[in-house]
Amino acid sequence: MAKNRSDERENGLIQQFSITGGDFYHAGHVSTQIKEILKELGIDPNIVRRAAIAAYEAEMNVVMYAQKGLFTLEVTPQKIHFFVEDEGQGIPDIELAMQEGYSTATPEMREMGFGAGMGLPNIKKNSDIFKITSEVGKGTVLDIIIFINQGKNQ
Amino acid sequence: MSQYYHSIRFDETKCQGRMRCLRVCPTQAIRVRHGKARMIEERCIDCGECITVCPNGAIIPLTDPFGELSRFRYTIAVPSPALYAQFGREILPDKILAGLKKLGFDEAIDLAYTCGEVSFAIQEYLRNYNGPRPLISNACPTIVRLIQVKYPELIAHIIPIDTPREIAAREIKKKKAKQLEIPEKEIGTFYLTPCPVKMISIKQPAEKGRSHLDGALSIADVYGPLLSAMEGLEESENSRRGLESICILGIGWAIAGGMSRTLRLRNSLAVAGLAEIVKVFDDIEKGKIRNIDFIEAYSCPHGCVGGSLTVENTYSSYNKIVKLIETLEYEKVKACPDIREVRRRYDQKYYFIEGKLEPRPLAPLDEDISRAIQKKKLKESLYEQLPQIDCGACGSPSCLTFAEDVVQGEANLNDCVFLWPQKITQLAQEIIDLVEKTGFKPKKKTNLKEGKQVNAFTRNRQTS
Ligand SMILES: Nc1ncnc2c1ncn2[C@@H]1O[C@H](COP(=O)(O)OP(=O)(O)O)[C@@H](O)[C@H]1O
Ligand code: SF4
Ligand SMILES: [Mg+2]
Repeated sequence: MAKNRSDERENGLIQQFSITGGDFYHAGHVSTQIKEILKELGIDPNIVRRAAIAAYEAEMNVVMYAQKGLFTLEVTPQKIHFFVEDEGQGIPDIELAMQEGYSTATPEMREMGFGAGMGLPNIKKNSDIFKITSEVGKGTVLDIIIFINQGKNQ
Repeated sequence: MSQYYHSIRFDETKCQGRMRCLRVCPTQAIRVRHGKARMIEERCIDCGECITVCPNGAIIPLTDPFGELSRFRYTIAVPSPALYAQFGREILPDKILAGLKKLGFDEAIDLAYTCGEVSFAIQEYLRNYNGPRPLISNACPTIVRLIQVKYPELIAHIIPIDTPREIAAREIKKKKAKQLEIPEKEIGTFYLTPCPVKMISIKQPAEKGRSHLDGALSIADVYGPLLSAMEGLEESENSRRGLESICILGIGWAIAGGMSRTLRLRNSLAVAGLAEIVKVFDDIEKGKIRNIDFIEAYSCPHGCVGGSLTVENTYSSYNKIVKLIETLEYEKVKACPDIREVRRRYDQKYYFIEGKLEPRPLAPLDEDISRAIQKKKLKESLYEQLPQIDCGACGSPSCLTFAEDVVQGEANLNDCVFLWPQKITQLAQEIIDLVEKTGFKPKKKTNLKEGKQVNAFTRNRQTS
């Protein structure tokens, strides 16, 4: 699933992963792979943990509410950057979607244990910079940055 | 001596480099170099998966021999409840303990009782617990190592209540030293173990300097002698008395699910088998498992009854424990610790682990993050060039690990046969030469794959 893009930037690692909407079987694989990469790079366990949660929630939202998406991971010595772009229904009211407990998950999804309405709030909580834009009928874009504390890393 | 003690040894004289171990290792701790399997010490978590798959018996579990008992003035057997599971209802624990004494131990104590106490203690701990969930049991040392090495961020989830075997050994030593008026170091406590990994928790405890146990004997080694030792012993006049010697809370510790069953928790999971555990731990890290309070985790299938040093079939022994529990419930036998007593001791920190469990994460690609990133990029681009079929011929468990080994200077790109088409041509020529030497001449070269001719080929080889 992982596709390595030959990258232009000097010191950053860039990897891209595609996500298929509705594919609950593979759901979570992307965030597991990302977590492994961050561990390999020796990033502080607490930061890995925050990043893993944010990545998982972002991935799941694509699986649940979009047709397909592209997850771009960029790691530089200073930061972890997730850029998650999807083609899907989009979010009509972002402020509402950001509220804890708000969810439009179907009963079937809730049956599977999803739809607690904590995904977006948890992404925000676990990231240092979080931007979300969305266009109804077209798709949603998440821009997530988590800073790496170099001191802890050594 | 190396930094880490391991309960597994590779016997070079027996190893034929057949690579089964290479593939089965969950932490990629094995490499085959110059035709022999080698262990990377800091990666190994002593799960023992490799022991069972080695076709040459070249991977040897290290437990103590019987002779170790002679090092001590007074010896005490501390059998894992998995020992009871070998016999089930036919031979009850009171008789097994008597048999162990006949075998040469000065005393044999019932660990299931302490397991019962610890079950209560865990319950107490969970009652006022507000930290990260789910809590994870620490009874299986492989699980503790797996978390230290591969899931360091889950360290805070490991329950800080000590294991029954450590608590029991600590207490019995204290008691006996006083009673016999001899120093504690002259008393030897021996765990009867269903798996080799308990050895490392004794020789090199994860959280403290020294274990209260002095050694571990394998259940497989003890089984035969114990059976004969028990032969002469008379049966308890009624089985009721035998049953009354069993703590219903503790006996379940031999099987996956036994612990949670007695904890009466609203939300707990019992997970057994390393592959399953890894999935669950991955899910915890993603924040996916939120409403679970406690996870009972064992590296062996079905829990300790599935340990590699047990004798009875795993399913049978699992069933034996379940049946014992059912009988005890039906007969309303409750030989169990007093909860009030446990609470009193709990308040005195009697059950807590000594020392602190620290993570021991695998070394990153590089200590310096910029260099780690560069190495990661190099590793990925190397990987792209490999056939990605994980054949293992290079001696690394997968193409990805091979790429990493090359980046780290631990393997040579030349080791991958697929990168060298010339090598294949050379190899093919060698095979042709060999075939010709054996005197076999295919009638029709193009039909080499046809059943008859291939048979002729093998027959020819066998007779030559
Ligand atoms: N990528 C997305 N595309 C469309 N809608 C989304 C997307 N992500 C979130 N939403 C909407 O925002 C709501 C809240 O999302 P979230 O906080 O992750 O909770 P949950 O996934 O449990 O519903 C979702 O129910 C959905 O309506
Ligand atoms: S293809 Fe090469 S790198 Fe991959 S496993 Fe085989 S020999 Fe090793
Ligand atoms: Mg969500």
